Amino acid sequence: MSSSRPESANSQTAPLVAIKDLSIGFTGKKGTTLAVLRNIDLQIYAGESVGLVGESGSGKSTLALAAMGYLKRGLRVLNGQACFREDDMFTQTRDQLEQVRGGHIALIPQNSGQSLTPTRRIGRQVAEALRLHSSLPAVQHSSRVVELLEQVRLPDPLTLVNRYPHELSGGQQQRVAIAMALAGEPSVLLLDEPTTGLDVTTQAHILELLSELARQSGMAMVYVSHDLGAIARVCDSVAVMYAGEIVLQGSARQILLDPIHPYARGLLASIPRLKDATLPRALDGRPPAPGETGNACAFAERCALAKPRCTSERPPLQSLASGEAVRCHFYAEAKNLALAGDKQRSARILADTGDATLELKEITISYAKPGLMDQVLGRKPSSTPTVDDINFRLLQGETLGLVGESGSGKSTILKSIAGLLSPLSGDIIWQNEDALPASVEKRSPQQLRRVQIIFQNPDESLNPRQTVAEILAQPLVLYFGLKGAALKARTVELLDRVRLAGHYMDRLPSQLSGGEKQRVAVARAFAAEPDLVLCDEVTSALDVSVQAAVLDLLDDLRRQSHTSYVFVSHDLAVVRALSDRVAVLYQGRLCEIGPAQSVYTHPSHPYTDVLLGAVLEPDPDTTPTLIADDVLELSPPDRGCAFQRRCPMSLGEQCNTQTPPWQHSENGHAIRCHLPLFNTSPLKH
Amino acid sequence: MTGAAVSMARHSTFTSVIRVAGDIVSRPSGAIGLFLVVVHLLLAIISPYIAPFDYRDLDPLKMLQQPGPVHWLGNDHLGRDVFSRTLLGGREALLVTGIATPVAVLWGGFTGIFLGLAGGRLDEILMRIVDAFLSLPWILKMLVLIVTFGTGVGVLIPTLAFFYGIPVIRIARAATHDVVARDFVEAARARGHGKLSIIWHELFPNVRDALLVEGAMRWSWMLLAFSSLSFLGFGVSPPTPDWGLMIADARGFMSFAPWGVLGPVIALSSLIIGINLTADALAKALGIDRAQKAPI
Repeated sequence: MSSSRPESANSQTAPLVAIKDLSIGFTGKKGTTLAVLRNIDLQIYAGESVGLVGESGSGKSTLALAAMGYLKRGLRVLNGQACFREDDMFTQTRDQLEQVRGGHIALIPQNSGQSLTPTRRIGRQVAEALRLHSSLPAVQHSSRVVELLEQVRLPDPLTLVNRYPHELSGGQQQRVAIAMALAGEPSVLLLDEPTTGLDVTTQAHILELLSELARQSGMAMVYVSHDLGAIARVCDSVAVMYAGEIVLQGSARQILLDPIHPYARGLLASIPRLKDATLPRALDGRPPAPGETGNACAFAERCALAKPRCTSERPPLQSLASGEAVRCHFYAEAKNLALAGDKQRSARILADTGDATLELKEITISYAKPGLMDQVLGRKPSSTPTVDDINFRLLQGETLGLVGESGSGKSTILKSIAGLLSPLSGDIIWQNEDALPASVEKRSPQQLRRVQIIFQNPDESLNPRQTVAEILAQPLVLYFGLKGAALKARTVELLDRVRLAGHYMDRLPSQLSGGEKQRVAVARAFAAEPDLVLCDEVTSALDVSVQAAVLDLLDDLRRQSHTSYVFVSHDLAVVRALSDRVAVLYQGRLCEIGPAQSVYTHPSHPYTDVLLGAVLEPDPDTTPTLIADDVLELSPPDRGCAFQRRCPMSLGEQCNTQTPPWQHSENGHAIRCHLPLFNTSPLKH
Repeated sequence: MTGAAVSMARHSTFTSVIRVAGDIVSRPSGAIGLFLVVVHLLLAIISPYIAPFDYRDLDPLKMLQQPGPVHWLGNDHLGRDVFSRTLLGGREALLVTGIATPVAVLWGGFTGIFLGLAGGRLDEILMRIVDAFLSLPWILKMLVLIVTFGTGVGVLIPTLAFFYGIPVIRIARAATHDVVARDFVEAARARGHGKLSIIWHELFPNVRDALLVEGAMRWSWMLLAFSSLSFLGFGVSPPTPDWGLMIADARGFMSFAPWGVLGPVIALSSLIIGINLTADALAKALGIDRAQKAPI
């Protein structure tokens, strides 16, 4: 890609993309027109990176696609234009649109790694993008493919062109998708959640690559994301969307450090951060459905500053001298709203009095099934186990956070504690007594009742055909044999504990919002009056503002009932918000374990260091430190340290051949590394 | 389950039945289909009271007589009134298939759900047996049983129910596989519910719709099978009026007295078409694409 592009010369004069008073909507069931985007004005100039931020349903993806002249089925333009270089995309013919799309405006969709065709080699897929969108003669395509792959910093492009997508890591697949988008040398790149679903370390690398591409080529970038941390890394300016409107627009610094719209402030306060001493604060309520707002401010119902005027008069988007634009009558007062929660985090260091709720002893788990030959010969499968040598104790009432990237075995360990997956070897000791039977079928009802699990996605974990009352009745009938009025009373009580009103009993899950569904799932787990609750990524399917509410709820329930939690998450800030102790996993092996305070402030294993360094905080003044490469690790190494292939501090031979020893400090902090404890890293930030 | 939960479940079932019925009627094809089915069911009940002639009345003078003002659809080769016999001719078929279809769907459905949940070697072995069964022509299997045990309603109902339950196993098993992988089933296992409880509370409500649509389709195929058996002489014995039997009897005179065939053919095909249209509308109302045969 050349840096001398014609349009970068007159970049500041005419915008590349100009959205003018655009409203998009659909016809509702009763024949009324319902708007999903309302009066959007947005200009994007060459070389500029714009972030569109908002929660699910805010219309951010619809807006980005509208810039390409694309509308999802059923939507239509109600008003306004979406222009690319003076041409309204919605009046273009099909041929004209095909010229622009892919060639001038390229889209990198969410999960684009998964949109690669699994049966075609990488080189051919990138070449196809060239054939469609590039003017290069066909003979030059194969050399250009290699150039593009180099440009997105993929290692060894010459061999990579012959690989299939499944042979690449998630981050590498995303890079291939970026290379394909670059094939037509676009002047505008639309990125729909470009790093959502990738591991933290990979996210940081991809964002760094993207911002460098933007700098080199003068491309305009539009980032659509719910993740303010990602936006903070790459965007010059940000537009915050709420219920189909832009409510706040300004430079990234203004919006991330001290936004002047109440919604943006609430959003920032709901994000858990590594350094905060408080729990994130939830935004109550939910955004209005299309057509629900009428002539009021869309945020009025949830706004702490709302006054009568807010419900009778829709605020206009006012441009301020500071360069910001805000859709709020009382923006001057917004600065009084706090940017962080006020509830202290309750992380404690519990004294080990000996009464552990749970103890894992040398747990080893393997997914490998013995092949036919192995079965005949009675051999065990020879591959290295997925999860190996896991030891930890969980004290009564304690929360242990399990963190690690995808494939680190976090959920696998949870499943084996719950009895859904039998370990290859090792014991699960319950309250210093005997080992729990490995599988659910062999556990007694009391043993089953004491361990409950909450799953990641409530859409999957709640039966769509059961009402809330029926869902909660399952454990109540099974464990306590409740009937009739007693059952109903207990159901109402449980709903109340998770802050839902009694009338929710008759609802089906499809009639609840995401956060409400997860609260029902929490209520179902607590219906059993458990001693231990296993939380498997319980907030990762939720919007940030809702996530904060669920975290707050879990924290309250723990205080009330002295339940122990094992809290699994890939999000280090979320784990920080709730955990007393933290265990870091890599490739199914424990790297580091210790009091949360100590692990987060003095990370001692190189991998913990890498993980913490890569966390994207919604703060333009922090930069992630990129240490280890994101490479695909299909299986852990046979010998030595699990992290040997990526470790920036590797000692070489010793790390590759000898399993590192555990090193303990006095405060219970331990790492498994050949380097001395608290002395591992010259890369400290 | 408790009183409160049951009454709530009943309430929501009742309202959803109303909603689904309304949805079916709101589609032209569904309205026509449901109308045809309802008319046939009504006629099957009231036909003995409204049939103008006794189905056994022989009249040699009216042999193969053309349709006229007295005998609207003419007379057959024994001089019996074709219209009356057509009115009455669906009763046996609807009775037999009306019992055999639910039985087939229930046993096939339960077996399929159970195998889908259990998996493993049992599932593997039984499904291969199912495959083997499905690879044989139905008429052959049917005739073997009928020749062994004889004809009559007492044999036909279990025979049809058995053979038509086998393909339902596949459908129910496939639909179950889609549900079993979901976390709410895992959650129920982790709580320690037994297999039967999981089938009843977690799986069945999610497979039910697919089974309903499958049942409607099975019904129309079973009607055709029943009529075919009668046509071949293995179903209803004369003089009981039955469409398949009537077509078989009148077939020889088709070139000069086609009315003998016309009545039962129209009756049979209108019922089958009605069932098919209703099944299609039901699938759409329930949000199931029949091409996929899987619950949403």
